[in-house]
Amino acid sequence: MIRVTSDSADLAIDARMLARRFGARWVLRGVSFTLGAGEAAGLVGQNGSGKSTLLRVLCTLIRPSTGSASVFGADLVREADLVREAAGFFSPVPGVYDDLTARENVRFAATMLRRPAADADSSLERVGLSHVADDRVRGFSSGMLRRLALARLIVQQPRLLLLDEPYNNLDTEGIALLNDAIRRTLGRGGAALVVVHDVASAMPVVGRWLALREGRVEAIAAPPPVLDAIGPPSPSPAVAVR
Amino acid sequence: MAFRDDWMRARAVAWKDLTAERRSKAGFNSVAALGITILVLFGFALGPDAEAIRAAAPGALWLAALFAGVLAFNRSYQVELEGGALDALLLFPGSRRSLFAGKLLANFVFVLLLVAIVVAASLVLFHVAVPPTWPAMLLVIFLGAVGLTTLGTFYAAMASRSRAREVLLPLLLFPMLVPVLLAAMEATKALLAGDVMRDARAWISLLVAYDAIFLSATFLAFDAVIEA
Amino acid sequence: MILEAPKPGRWAWFGWFSIVFLIAAQAISIAISPPDRDMGDLQKILYIHVPAAWNMGICYLLVAIYSLRYLWKRDERNDLVAASAAEVGTVLNGLTLALGMIWGRPTWGVWWTWDARLTSTLIMFLVFAGYLALRAFVEEPERRAQWSAAAGIFGAINYPVVYMSVRWWRTLHQVQSAPSTLDPAYTLSLRLNAFAILFLCIYFIRRRYEAALTERVAEQTLQAAVLGGAARG
Repeated sequence: MIRVTSDSADLAIDARMLARRFGARWVLRGVSFTLGAGEAAGLVGQNGSGKSTLLRVLCTLIRPSTGSASVFGADLVREADLVREAAGFFSPVPGVYDDLTARENVRFAATMLRRPAADADSSLERVGLSHVADDRVRGFSSGMLRRLALARLIVQQPRLLLLDEPYNNLDTEGIALLNDAIRRTLGRGGAALVVVHDVASAMPVVGRWLALREGRVEAIAAPPPVLDAIGPPSPSPAVAVR
Repeated sequence: MAFRDDWMRARAVAWKDLTAERRSKAGFNSVAALGITILVLFGFALGPDAEAIRAAAPGALWLAALFAGVLAFNRSYQVELEGGALDALLLFPGSRRSLFAGKLLANFVFVLLLVAIVVAASLVLFHVAVPPTWPAMLLVIFLGAVGLTTLGTFYAAMASRSRAREVLLPLLLFPMLVPVLLAAMEATKALLAGDVMRDARAWISLLVAYDAIFLSATFLAFDAVIEA
Repeated sequence: MILEAPKPGRWAWFGWFSIVFLIAAQAISIAISPPDRDMGDLQKILYIHVPAAWNMGICYLLVAIYSLRYLWKRDERNDLVAASAAEVGTVLNGLTLALGMIWGRPTWGVWWTWDARLTSTLIMFLVFAGYLALRAFVEEPERRAQWSAAAGIFGAINYPVVYMSVRWWRTLHQVQSAPSTLDPAYTLSLRLNAFAILFLCIYFIRRRYEAALTERVAEQTLQAAVLGGAARG
């Protein structure tokens, strides 16, 4: 397989005909797009259009059935460890341990990521959880859990943010915190791909919109977002790919 | 360097599992209670004859430890699957072997405690006297627990993420564990009978061999199993 | 990797050959071997029982070899061969056990005895039943291949350990049940039949492999259709 390193190394994401199936169902049917460094793109589409699967493929949680992609020049399959080093996935489920405290959860992540424990404490402060840092996570509200997951992401400081419906359950302040984290990442030369339903929250940071439909890229649009591509059924994309 | 990183991660995973287990308590307590319940049921099956019960004690205690332990292995991944924590765990860069080592360590401590409780219970229930060769008995418990835990942790990584995990794990695991169980039971039997380390020695070396073979095999194969 | 469908009918002659060979081998061994002093004609069951047991071992060895090859090369076809060998091996394993019991009932007076060989054969049957169950419960082909490769290799590694442990367990408690010593007159028949079963075994593995491969090729064709639609769309 030929890989053009010089080109794709500059790109945060270079996806070429990514496809993934589960059993007999093809959830992604050949997705190709690029995302440059310093760029944030929003990913929209109906339920089942393949948004979450695309993100999970890009962060190496699931392998593509066919096709390939690279993250900052590292191949998804062959250099998965480099991809995991570069990409930070923000899942819709918090993925924390109920019987550990907030601080223990973030410190555990810091150890696994080889970051100093002090980073864990400062990130808890940044997401506004330091007053409950020593409380067990069981019983946290869903908004607090989201903030905890955000603290873990801040500890990691990934170059590529892969955010799956990150705004769910966050209050106005939480949304601002998240957008701030995205801006900082972009400022460092990183990039972000954000799956959203609530387009308004992502408006301040997202520079480009990608619409998925039945596992394919249906439209790519510059801001302001093309609402037709987001809205339900009627297939009338204002900006078609081809 | 790489080894130190792996060891740090493995320790973190084991610490995390054990802390959560210690705080919730419900998990260990109910598994230990199940172990004792199984012993009592064996007691009923073997009849009220004290001599028959004493003779069957080594078999009963290892089977009780096995049946209760299987629940622990599935639980250990269940905790990861429930809150989507396994995803987060798999996304940490670095070797996956450290994850296996951490889980293995935590499960080992869990099973070791479980076996200790079951042995203590069977001393009482089955009228077994503490043998004079008790240091060798501790060695058998240690090696037996390593054997159960190694393949248990490995197969649970697959079974817990498949359909029908409740039946698949014992189906895969029990036949594979036949040598450990036989060796642990027979060594225990020999030691309890006041054996002068003649039969027991052969069984202990079998335990050592089994543990060595499958510890290396699982570490080599774990990368292939946790992915995809 | 693009797989290619097997060409139909290429192995049909080999199938016919192995069936004819088996019939001939059976006929020869029944004709030339005199009835056993103690067992009478019952002894002829060994001409299937023993070769089946030997070939079962060969099948499990193939499972281990092709599972290792799969993990090494990541070529899906190795996984399919391992799965086919496991299926044939498990069938032979079941046949070995069943014939052993039929033979054991009149000879030893019991259907089952906890003899080392019998017991470890039964354990292997359970191990590979687990292997096949694992394959049935996992749909995603790559995951299935990786997981069953590990289970297949471990099962094969475990065989000598199981055998050793059961043998010790037996000898430390009871006298070894008398192994059936074979008269040199029977060896020719036994060898002939061993090869006959081996050929049949190879043929079955090949056919199972072809079926599995065809299935995978059909899936890939479907995949090409789905993804081709994307390219045109």
